Amino acid sequence: MTEKNEKTALILLGCPQVPVQTSMALYLVHGLKEHGIRPVIAGTVAARKLMEVADPDRYYVSEMTDLDAAIDEITGKERDFDLCFVFIHNDSGIAYAGTMAYISKARVYALLFGEHAQDLAGEIEFPCEVVAAKAVHNPMPLKRKLDKVMQWAVSKR
Amino acid sequence: MGCLEALKPEIILSQTTFKEAREYIKKNVREYYEVEPGYKIHDVHIIGVPPLYVGIEGEDLIFPYTKPCHGTFVVKVPGGEELARLRARKK
Repeated sequence: MTEKNEKTALILLGCPQVPVQTSMALYLVHGLKEHGIRPVIAGTVAARKLMEVADPDRYYVSEMTDLDAAIDEITGKERDFDLCFVFIHNDSGIAYAGTMAYISKARVYALLFGEHAQDLAGEIEFPCEVVAAKAVHNPMPLKRKLDKVMQWAVSKR
Repeated sequence: MGCLEALKPEIILSQTTFKEAREYIKKNVREYYEVEPGYKIHDVHIIGVPPLYVGIEGEDLIFPYTKPCHGTFVVKVPGGEELARLRARKK
């Protein structure tokens, strides 16, 4: 949601210890831009550095911010988003997604990956769209599921 | 941790889940208050799925602190002005 009425999406990156996160985040950013949705990436320092190094000319990555700064802006009613994608591979990821579901008006998508993606998905007890795939090194299982979701994510935005 | 680190927090529970942190505070702290996700204490947001609790023990605050890579910690820090702000809420 911007003054120009441009659609925006917040992409929340957690700890980057599972390899597929950076690859899938770049893929998601690409898909959103293709559909005219402006992505804003929030994450830990390491997660953001991985994105910066992978995209040195900022072809995909535009605005990036700190996790706490993003939460501050939303809770302070200074800013909100149309869509919010939260990358989750541990309990902290669930906690952040639950927080976003509560504080933001955005439609929340929980993208679960890693060894325990399905178990973690069972922990979700708040309104959001769940996209879960056991993907650790190979992003394809999560990519296939995200491709399906993106179809209706952009049509329902 | 920034501001929180400067307060030299006592770590009560380490690398746990936000649900276990919730249960710990509810069971072990007599005076506690429900806060909404994103509630800020000493520059730290309380992260998780409601209900989320922040406790008061003497002049100290006990609350869950979630780190993206290391899970949730239950920490105890001096409450200062946060005590009155918290007590102004309903228990």
